[in-house]
Amino acid sequence: MNSDLPAIIESLIFTADSALSTDRICDLLTEFERQEIKSALSGLVEYHQGRGGGFELVEVAGGWQFRTRPAFHGYITRHIKTRAAKFSQSALETLAIIAYRQPITRAEVEHLRGVDCGGVLKTLLEKHLVRILGKKDIPGRPLIYGTSKEFLEVFGLKDLKSLPTLREIQALDAVPLYERQEELQLEPATAVPVESDLPFE
Amino acid sequence: MQVEAHHQRDEHLPLLDGLHEQYSVHLDKFDGPMDLLLHLIKKNELDICDISIAVITRQYLDFIKVMKELNLEVAGDFLVMAATLLQIKSRQLLPVDDQEDQEIDETDPREELVRRLQEYQQYKDAGMLIGARALLGREVFLRTASEPVLAAAQNMEGPLEVSLFELVDAFRVLLLRIPAESFHDVAPGDSLSIADCINDILSQLQEQDTIHFNDLVKDELTRERVIVTFLALLELCRLKLIRIFQGSEHGSIWFVPAVTADPSEVLNTDEF
Repeated sequence: MNSDLPAIIESLIFTADSALSTDRICDLLTEFERQEIKSALSGLVEYHQGRGGGFELVEVAGGWQFRTRPAFHGYITRHIKTRAAKFSQSALETLAIIAYRQPITRAEVEHLRGVDCGGVLKTLLEKHLVRILGKKDIPGRPLIYGTSKEFLEVFGLKDLKSLPTLREIQALDAVPLYERQEELQLEPATAVPVESDLPFE
Repeated sequence: MQVEAHHQRDEHLPLLDGLHEQYSVHLDKFDGPMDLLLHLIKKNELDICDISIAVITRQYLDFIKVMKELNLEVAGDFLVMAATLLQIKSRQLLPVDDQEDQEIDETDPREELVRRLQEYQQYKDAGMLIGARALLGREVFLRTASEPVLAAAQNMEGPLEVSLFELVDAFRVLLLRIPAESFHDVAPGDSLSIADCINDILSQLQEQDTIHFNDLVKDELTRERVIVTFLALLELCRLKLIRIFQGSEHGSIWFVPAVTADPSEVLNTDEF
C-alpha cells in the first residue's frame, strides 16, 4: 500500500473541473485496489473535517468535490458575485414532490399541491433542477418529470437515496433539529396571530 | 354588485387598513388552498385527522372574502377547495340512509381531504427541509475554474449525456437565427434528403472529429436545412453512429463519431 495514495487522490480531486466519481478515480489509479481507494477517500473526508479549514471534501451527485464550509458564505459572497439560488416556498414544495415521487406528471404534482404548478415547473426546468424523463403511457401522453443531476449538486446530495425519508421528516415535526431552523419561521401561525372573527360580517 | 362592494369597501376602509396589515404577510405566504387549510387547522389547534369542517369552512370562506376585498385575484384553485369543503359539510349534515349506509358510505366524508392534507404537509415539510440545506451558490462554493469550452470538453468524466430538452432547445435557438422566409419562390428547389444529410455529417466528422452543433448548418441557414439536419442527427444517434455531448453543463453541444475509441483522446490531440 502506497502511503501517498490519499495525497494522490486529493490532487486529482483538486485539479478536476467537476466532481470526480469513485469509479473514475479507480480508472485513473489502476495500480491501486478499489478498496484502498475507498478507505483513502473516507480518510480524506475525516482529515478535512478534523482540519477545520475553509473547505471540506464532500460526495455530491455521485462524485467527490471540495466545497467551502457553509459557515463562511457571508465572507465569500463579499468577493464572489453569485446569482444566488433563491427558492420560493412553492418551488421547494414542487421540487420536494418531484424528488420524492418521481417519475411524476404535472397533474399529479398539482393534485398533491392543490394548485396550478405550470409556472413553477417551467422555472425549475429552466434552472435545470428538474428534467423531462419522457411521456407517460396513458391517454394524453403527459410529460413525466424527475430531478436532475444539478438538483443533487445544488442541494449537496450524494444521491436521491440520501434525501431524508418522509418518515424522518414527520419525526422532525416533533423535534425540529436542523441547522437553519430558527431563521426559517416554519409556522406562519405563530408569526402573526389572526383573529378568527373577521370584522365585516 | 360591483358598486355595492365598492361602497362597502369605502365604509370599511379604516378596518380594511388594519386588515391589510394583519393579513398581507399571510396572503403572500399562502401557497394555494392546501396551505391555507393547514394554516387554519394549526391556528385553531385542531387535530388534522378530526377537523371541524364547520369552523374551517367558515374561516376559509372568510379568507377568500378578505382576498376579494383586498382586490386580490382569487385563484380558481381556492374556489375548488371551498366547494369541496362545502360538499363535505353538506354530506355530514344529510341524514344517513340506513340502507345505503351499509353498502356504500361507510367512510367519513373528510377522509379523502385529511389524507391529502397529511400528504401535502409531508411535502411541505420536505420542501422546507431541502430548502434549509446549505445550497451551492448560496452557502457553499466551489473552486472556480474558468476554462474555454474545449478544455471543459475533456471533462474527466467523459461525454455527458445531453437531454432531449437541451437538444431541442439548441435547435430552437438555431431556428430563431433563420432569416424570415420569402414565399414568392413557388418552384420546388432541390429537396434535401435525410440520407444526404447523414452522409454529409459523417464526412464532416471524418475530417474534423468533433463538430460544433451550430457549425452543422452554418452555410445554409434555412428552416428546411435545420429540420433535416435535426432529423439526420436523431437518426445517427439511433444508429449509434455518433455521440452527442456537452463540454460543460449547459454549454455548447458537440458531436463525435461513435467509432472513435475515446473522444477525450481525440480532444487531447486537438488541443495540444
